[in-house]
Amino acid sequence: MIAETGHYALILALGVAILQTVLPLWGTRTRDPELMAIAVPAAQMQFLLIALAFGALMTAYITSDFSLATVWQNSAAAKPLLYKISGVWGNHEGSMVLWVLILALFGAAVATFGSNLPPELRANVLAVQGSIGVAFLLFIVMTSNPFLRLDPAPLDGNGLNPVLQDPALAFHPPFLYTGYVGFSMAFSFAVAALIDGRIDAAWARWVRPWTLLAWMCLTIGIAMGSWWAYYELGWGGFWFWDPVENASFMPWLAGTALLHSALVMEKRDALKVWTLLLAIITFSLSLMGTFLVRSGVLTSVHAFAVDPARGAFILGIMGLFIGGALTLFTWRAPLLKQGGIFAPISREGALVLNNLLLTTACAAVFVGTLYPLLLESLTGEKISVGAPFFNLTFAPLIVPLIIVLPFGPMLAWKRGDALGAAQRLTAAAAVALIIAVAILAATKRGPWLAPFGIGLGVWLIIGALTEIATRVRVFEVGPAEVWRRLRNLPRSAFGTLLAHGGLGMCVIGIVATTAWREERILALKPGEAADIAGYHLTFDGVAPRQGPNYRERVGLFSVTRSGAAVASLEPSKREFTVERNSTTEAAIHVSWRGDLYVVVGDALKEGAYSVRIYFNPLVRLIWLGAVVMFMGGAVSLSDRRLRVGAPRRAGSRAMPAKAAA
Amino acid sequence: MTRKQRRGVLIGTALAVLGLAVGLVLFAMRDSIVFFYTPTEVAEKQLAPGTRFRLGGLVEGGTVVRSEGTNVRFVVTDRAKQLPVTYTGVLPDLFREGQGVVAEGVMEADGVFHADSVLAKHDEKYMPPEIAEKLKAQGVWRGSDAK
Repeated sequence: MIAETGHYALILALGVAILQTVLPLWGTRTRDPELMAIAVPAAQMQFLLIALAFGALMTAYITSDFSLATVWQNSAAAKPLLYKISGVWGNHEGSMVLWVLILALFGAAVATFGSNLPPELRANVLAVQGSIGVAFLLFIVMTSNPFLRLDPAPLDGNGLNPVLQDPALAFHPPFLYTGYVGFSMAFSFAVAALIDGRIDAAWARWVRPWTLLAWMCLTIGIAMGSWWAYYELGWGGFWFWDPVENASFMPWLAGTALLHSALVMEKRDALKVWTLLLAIITFSLSLMGTFLVRSGVLTSVHAFAVDPARGAFILGIMGLFIGGALTLFTWRAPLLKQGGIFAPISREGALVLNNLLLTTACAAVFVGTLYPLLLESLTGEKISVGAPFFNLTFAPLIVPLIIVLPFGPMLAWKRGDALGAAQRLTAAAAVALIIAVAILAATKRGPWLAPFGIGLGVWLIIGALTEIATRVRVFEVGPAEVWRRLRNLPRSAFGTLLAHGGLGMCVIGIVATTAWREERILALKPGEAADIAGYHLTFDGVAPRQGPNYRERVGLFSVTRSGAAVASLEPSKREFTVERNSTTEAAIHVSWRGDLYVVVGDALKEGAYSVRIYFNPLVRLIWLGAVVMFMGGAVSLSDRRLRVGAPRRAGSRAMPAKAAA
Repeated sequence: MTRKQRRGVLIGTALAVLGLAVGLVLFAMRDSIVFFYTPTEVAEKQLAPGTRFRLGGLVEGGTVVRSEGTNVRFVVTDRAKQLPVTYTGVLPDLFREGQGVVAEGVMEADGVFHADSVLAKHDEKYMPPEIAEKLKAQGVWRGSDAK
């Protein structure tokens, strides 16, 4: 009964979404304020109905209602509650419901908090948002019904894939989807502006908080996925340039570019057409990510022939929205008035360079991800484009970006003083260089470029600090005055500091762990020991253990460092009974120097076990950096100018392209 | 600086960055792409020793032999041809006889494939589709009834 209610709610939501698309658009055409206003309750109702459906599905998972096909396939009675809940989105059908839930949530948020938007813009935005909802609700109802019943109902389910039974992965999809789907707001605003035929600086101010929120969630979502892969897959790697990862990384790169170009638009009324295009591209990449992951096309171009309805349907949605938006763009964009000219050396110029490098890097990832699919569908030849390709193309495009990044915030709008900025950054450059040279002298192994990579990270962090220091005149005025100035700085300045500094932390983590990671693969018998990175590990044997829904074989290791006991590590190999599947659980000892990472493998001859030990220096900085970037976004989001919201457009329709400051 | 010059700088920079990107992509495409073959294709193509590729197939039953340390030898089959593989390291979870496997490495002159990474993709549900498909094409796919 609950499931049927959910199914019914989903179909009703589809109906409401259709109304939300058609009526407000009709209203803006005919200048009918009542028709336009329908968008607001429709968006709220659509969200409530999808929330009802989602709640029904979750109830079915929590109560282990195996008469539902998806619950039977992806859950089991013996599974811990957390994974029953995360099981809702751990599969195709449920994850699509989560997708539309977040989509509707964003729509409802604009409807509820967007009372200061001009009514036409709000109606158009909600209509476009509604049309995305129509497409995906139709997709769910027609090809991926999560409420499909089984008769007779099985006694127990198949369980969730054990590698997915993990706290980080439980929350990875919601964050990732909030990121993906959050960019739909920028898309809807862009399309609405194109329908409207005008756009101004205030537009950017409305779009920026949504884009920022989406970007923050995507950042954390990607970091969680990477963190999960690091400790769960047992290889100790943090990024594999796997197509699924790239599918989430491309919207992130484009979204980062969008955040920066929207900044130019908001402050200087320039780059309008480009920002619109970027908004469309960013959400298109999100759609493509959904398509790549959901259609099964990644493992093989023919895989989606296994379930042609789904793959073709999402491809159709993608074609419709990307094609439609780009057509609208080519038709309407020339109408938009360009404003704000600037010299090449200026804040705008720096942000244009940022956009250029980010989008080009994104394009390189795009080529590497899609080329194998294209080649296979054209020639049948199967190739894999792996890490070497991406390292070779991505890094040379991102390094220049990192080098020029600290200059950006130092330059004035319109016309900047490159020499002045360089002078103020001399100290940062000197510190970075000294650290790089010191590391080069101290390390005996690893590529010679690595110390300079660390230097780049330091350059980012100190460069970001220098910007704040310059603004509060640390070296010119007394501490009381500095404090006063610090308190008067807008929060977005600290947001910038955190975001750029966080990126610097990521860079240091990535370079250090890539260049100086140590690895031992051994066959150890109980009583034997191994040395790595100053640690001495003694293998004390293995012991069987019983978990809530698995059995495991635990390897016992005691770790000492210079004779003193440091930790006892217990990596294990788990056998999941219901799922008939096994996972490797790494044991990690964390210190400020880095992670000691131990994995125990198969039993070998004569009582020995295969054991893999890694030392990953400073690897935590990668995820810590992502968290700092997230916090930067949050601080920036709390900035007064976004919190208060954009002021009303000055003037009426007769006087477009003028925004109150 | 006139408006025209400004635009020139912008377009020039954009072209330079794009040119760099295209150059990098083409260069990387040539050097870092790995082809995927089944044992039958390996036999047909007569690959030169030292060629790097990905080998996909099933681990033939009864062929997994562990020797000293963590070295392991096994035979990958597509039910038409076999290819011996040697690998030193820890095998992934669910590396099992009769299951799908993808190994990346180099074919040596002795006719043995020296793998430096081995991926086994979970149980029957997760049979790498590229293998399933090639096996199907050759009419030897046993399907998910293997449970």
